[in-house]
Amino acid sequence: MSRTVVRTLRQAAFGTLAILAMAGSAQAVDITGAGSTFVYPIMAKWAEAYKVAAGTSTNYQSVGSGAGIKQIKANTVDFGASDKPLPPDDIKASGFVQFPAVIGGIVPVVNLPGINPGELVLDGKTLADIYAGVITTWNDPALVKANPGVKLPNTPITVVHRSDGSGTTFNFTYYLAAVNADWQAKVGADTAVEWPAGVGGKGNEGVAALTAQTTGAIGYVEYAYALQNKMTYTKMVNFDGLIVEPSAANFQAAAANADWKSVPNYRLVLANQPGKNSWPMTAAVSILIYAKQDKPAVGKEVLKFFDWAYHNGQQLAGDLQYVPLPDNLVKLIEASWASDVKDADGKPLWP
Amino acid sequence: MTQVAVSASHGQRGGAHPGRVGNILFGGSAWIFAILVLVLLAGVTVSLVIAAAPAFREFGFSFIWTEAWNPVKDRFGALPTLYGTVITGFIAMIIGVPVSLGIAIFLTELCPNYLKRPISTAVELLAAVPSIIYGMWGLFVLAPLMQKYIEPAIIGTLGNIPLVGVFFQGPPYGIGLFTAGIILSAMVLPYMVSIMRDVFETVPPQFRESAYGLGATTWEVVRSVVLPYSRVGVIGAFMLALGRALGETMAVTFVVGNSYHISTSLLAPGSTIASSLANEFAEADGLQLSSLMALGFLLFVLTFSVIGIARLMLMRLQKRYG
Repeated sequence: MSRTVVRTLRQAAFGTLAILAMAGSAQAVDITGAGSTFVYPIMAKWAEAYKVAAGTSTNYQSVGSGAGIKQIKANTVDFGASDKPLPPDDIKASGFVQFPAVIGGIVPVVNLPGINPGELVLDGKTLADIYAGVITTWNDPALVKANPGVKLPNTPITVVHRSDGSGTTFNFTYYLAAVNADWQAKVGADTAVEWPAGVGGKGNEGVAALTAQTTGAIGYVEYAYALQNKMTYTKMVNFDGLIVEPSAANFQAAAANADWKSVPNYRLVLANQPGKNSWPMTAAVSILIYAKQDKPAVGKEVLKFFDWAYHNGQQLAGDLQYVPLPDNLVKLIEASWASDVKDADGKPLWP
Repeated sequence: MTQVAVSASHGQRGGAHPGRVGNILFGGSAWIFAILVLVLLAGVTVSLVIAAAPAFREFGFSFIWTEAWNPVKDRFGALPTLYGTVITGFIAMIIGVPVSLGIAIFLTELCPNYLKRPISTAVELLAAVPSIIYGMWGLFVLAPLMQKYIEPAIIGTLGNIPLVGVFFQGPPYGIGLFTAGIILSAMVLPYMVSIMRDVFETVPPQFRESAYGLGATTWEVVRSVVLPYSRVGVIGAFMLALGRALGETMAVTFVVGNSYHISTSLLAPGSTIASSLANEFAEADGLQLSSLMALGFLLFVLTFSVIGIARLMLMRLQKRYG
């Protein structure tokens, strides 16, 4: 009895090994990544389509940017994805190469009966004052002045923010700090901050639910989330002082107008970029890989995956309201791969 | 019967009986499992202390009574979350204790037989609902109701009473410490009810029947016979429930409001230790991560003190009633 079991086990083991060997020779390695939840929907779609196109499986865990950075530092994944670009000294110390993967937009959403999506206009300073608890009612002079012709009620404002540490919060508070000196001094920008006012909802869905339930509430969510839930988003006044709608084209305008060459490692937050169409609360997701790849075959696959995504992933990105990177930026990124990403012998992995 | 058992054990003692090895193995593994719990507990404590050490080094004991949670400037304090944890647990007990006592007494003393099964099963099913479901239900169903009807009513009535009023003022957010307490009370209810029901059933029927025979009413039987007889179990049930309420995470995170400001109003948003951990753990690093660990350690201490106080109370009670 036990001998039969042993024999069966042995056969099974050999069988598995044979299959593994065949699979290994037939196709290339699989790649794993971890990090940002913001980028997860598009990453999942890309992985699915790329599997069909190139046969390589991509396993992406949406564990949060911070956890993604920890995992790539521990070398348990092939790439990390973070909503908050890593500072230069950290990149240098860890031996990373950093580049953006995709762009998204953050929009303010409000719950004011009788006001339609895109009807209300906010400027950055006012938005920061609302979140700081300085402006507390919807008919505040600053809001009335920015919205001639809109009937604003005497409703108190309920501020809704994210309760969990998130890249969305980082990009949002980064923008508020960029346009409002008081916010910069008192609160600052991070994935979680000491909110001066309001209630916290967990995740985009938590913020969306609290905003939808409370008359007079204001929150901030990813653009795709606002569209899917038919929320009342607002327009914004951008860096150039013009009123812009949140839209894929305007998010891309912000990325195209940003001066990527001005900072090493693409360490650029896309908030408050110049340009007449630029949406002020645009965010890019950064990818982190090791500059020196111990497993060049895997490293090459990671680069091939993002190359494919830059050139073929537009349609998928558009469906989810993410924006593919502008062409000038893709060229820049691929040039930096060629110069920075190498195998153990110092041979470039790309192209 | 007794005779047989004695002769069997005699047989085992003589020589290398196979049952003896089994007995040693059984006893040994039982020892190991029991010790394992202690090792686990010590391991958790030690790793918490090590991970929390940077925060305690930076802030000292003032960490416990500082009202701050600022990841940008790396200033952290436990007071808002400690306050929220204790208050939500307290609200849960204020609502949960009378309700669960009522249900348990009804089930053991008053309930007609055909209703016993359905009610017991319903209570036990409450315990089987995952905590995330309580959270979602709280956020999407209870919070709007609280905001539209219950909280305005409370603010309009209790909020106007002098002195007590400050606890019931402010805008009706729908979410906050009070709503979290209500959700928690529903979550700990099944634990209290099922323990108390089992404890009440251990009261010997002769006691009950003698009391009824003397002409006691149901209320008198419960107060003078059932409760005194089962007080240890009842207090144990409360403390188990309180310990669970203090540590409940997901459901609270959804409805507590997640604000690090202490407000006198019970209707205001707050946060608990467990909810802060759930919210911030994934993105935290450095001093923030260490401070979260320190919060975890404080929750550990808090829960331990609850159990300790319960033991103390029980010892006092036992001394008084002999």
